[in-house]
Amino acid sequence: MSQDPPVVRRQIEIINALGLHMRPADKFVRLALQFQSEIRVIHDNGDEFNGKSILDLTSLAAECGTRLDLEACGPDAEAAVETLAALVSAGFYEDENGEELEPPR
Amino acid sequence: MKARDPQPSRRRNKRASSGRQGPRADGSAQRPHDEWGLDPRSAAQPMTMKTLRGIAVSPGIAIGSVVVLDHRGHHVPRRTIAAESVASELERLDRGLDSARSEAEAAEAEAGDRLGPQYAAILGAHARMIADPTLRRDARLRVERDLVAAEQAVSEVLEGHASRLEGLKATHLAARATDVRDIEHRILGQLLGQRPTRVMDLLAGPTVVLAHDLTPSETAGLDPKRVLGFATEVGGRASHTAIVAAALEIPAVVGLGRFLDQARNCRMVIIDGDEGLVVLDPDLPTQQRYHRAAAERTAWFKGLSDLSDLPAVTLDGTQVVLRGNIEFPGEVDACLERGAQGVGLYRTEFLYLNCGRPPTEQEQFEAYAAVVRSSRGYPVTIRTLDLGADKLASYQNAGYAEPNPALGLRSLRLLLRDPTLFRTQLRAILRASVQGDVRVMFPLVSTLDEFRQARAILDDVAAELTAEGVPVRADLPVGVMVEVPSAAVVAHQLAKEVDFFSIGTNDLIQYTLAVDRTNETVADLYCAADPAVLRLIAMVVEAAMARGIEVCVCGAMGGDPLYTLLLLGLGVRQLSMPPHQVPEVKRVCRGVHIEQAKALAEEALRQETAAAVVARLQEALRLAVPDAPSPLGRDDDTCPSLLCRGDDT
Repeated sequence: MSQDPPVVRRQIEIINALGLHMRPADKFVRLALQFQSEIRVIHDNGDEFNGKSILDLTSLAAECGTRLDLEACGPDAEAAVETLAALVSAGFYEDENGEELEPPR
Repeated sequence: MKARDPQPSRRRNKRASSGRQGPRADGSAQRPHDEWGLDPRSAAQPMTMKTLRGIAVSPGIAIGSVVVLDHRGHHVPRRTIAAESVASELERLDRGLDSARSEAEAAEAEAGDRLGPQYAAILGAHARMIADPTLRRDARLRVERDLVAAEQAVSEVLEGHASRLEGLKATHLAARATDVRDIEHRILGQLLGQRPTRVMDLLAGPTVVLAHDLTPSETAGLDPKRVLGFATEVGGRASHTAIVAAALEIPAVVGLGRFLDQARNCRMVIIDGDEGLVVLDPDLPTQQRYHRAAAERTAWFKGLSDLSDLPAVTLDGTQVVLRGNIEFPGEVDACLERGAQGVGLYRTEFLYLNCGRPPTEQEQFEAYAAVVRSSRGYPVTIRTLDLGADKLASYQNAGYAEPNPALGLRSLRLLLRDPTLFRTQLRAILRASVQGDVRVMFPLVSTLDEFRQARAILDDVAAELTAEGVPVRADLPVGVMVEVPSAAVVAHQLAKEVDFFSIGTNDLIQYTLAVDRTNETVADLYCAADPAVLRLIAMVVEAAMARGIEVCVCGAMGGDPLYTLLLLGLGVRQLSMPPHQVPEVKRVCRGVHIEQAKALAEEALRQETAAAVVARLQEALRLAVPDAPSPLGRDDDTCPSLLCRGDDT
């Protein structure tokens, strides 16, 4: 018997000062690629972006304060959303100037 | 062993691009000419000298002959394919993408070895962009649907992305268009069977490179031995190209606007990476001036590096204490290596900026204790949280917004309203206080009453810890940062109750002159030498001296050599600054008698305009430090300090 793969959706907010620029998008994509689920990032105007595409994510141009919906669809959807939302709410581990910070343990 | 290099390590400290410290003057230029590298032809056959102004992104002076790199955009012929070739064209696309990705990965590895991990990360992201599923999908779609060749498909997709990025308001996001074009070049290079363009292959000897734009990977591929400097028509401070140039220590000016056509036939060019100037076909006097400056810089920085073990003491024996401003525990070493006696300003904001929640007491304690321990017994002045509510996630999530954050709920005001936030930080500071010579200071104090409230909470938290059996330092010195004019005006009253003052000049100037220095339309009003600012500083120092308490200057003014004599003359004996500025300020201290400084301060206080003050300070600095390299391209009518680009003390 087959089941539809679970879909998990959560609102996220970009909180790092420089927004979703190239390196944060790269971090997001590298993390997203570790999950089997399809990952989508949805803008409030309805546009959908592939969470595994760095080009999609940078063209989303999400500045600090942008709210987005994060959606995963697949067997590990719950874990994917959990992990990616944590990265976003940690401000992608970068400071006001986009400098790399050590992730807190 | 102490580091002998007075230069900031840009890999660790690339934020501070104050533009004064690079010893990368290169006088070697080209030597087919005379001893100075001067081009005798320019005298015989005068060319018109032309000076262009751009954005300085990597300091130093470069003088040499020119290579103009034309826009090397691959010319993509519009080529359609037959329907039956779609499958083979798709294969060709995949092969091109795969080899472009391998090439970017190789560049990433090479950059990691040469430049360090942050820079490699930029090229690593390029590799991921090339492997991007959206790029592949959209390019395949174009091949299948429009029957166009692979290079055409890739070019269309990426140009679309690049122009969308360029249309964005946020400049740091718009700057990423260059990264997209960078990968486009790489992929097209593979598809069209061209060897990747290496700038280095185009250069015969050491030269100055002028280009429309250099991509980050082209910049990372530059060999500082052969590229004396570069200048580009486009680009900004936030571009990856700028960051990489600073890491490679190649003097660079970007954002010059269209100039390549005029530069194409010039024989010699000067890049002034301190002032953001490019001089095309400099006349003989200008060449001589810059050559002299380059030689002076080299000698100056060599001299500075010999000072790190010597005390900051004036010719008459007056001791001056120089300390470092830091943000991260790892920066303490840089302070001590450059001869700073401890940390005069430890900013704690970074702990709060990067998590959705405030840091725990333990996280803070560990950070503070790490700083105190690495300071090897020297004092560490910890500043309590100096952020606006608008910067904290907990307030943002609650929908908190205010019309005028600079005058709103921020800094100490916020801590007094949010006891949990405040007490948690004070507990962490008090716990760390027994591990060394810790002092605490409250920022943005506007009234005496605010200080009293803060002090009462500190005493209460200390009592609470003592009751828990946690050791705390009983006589922890407590100071205020004087950065609001009202605090300066009542400094004589504050001085009765505080243990020390620390003058935060950046905010003091901003609030005194009511000017936001990041607002370009009014930034020219922002000047540390303004008579109103000097008078306030003098008041604070007098109030401190009358009570026998310490006073330190920790804003950008404290680290700018132009103001060192003035501050000493006003009675300041402690200065705190970014660590890379310590050697230059020390050099100034060691070149004067305190009586000269006092006379200068008295004279400065009598001036009526900032420009008059600055003129006197420049003259005095030249006399005190005759061997210092003089700023060359500086407009004398603007406030000439680094303060307009300083940090946010």
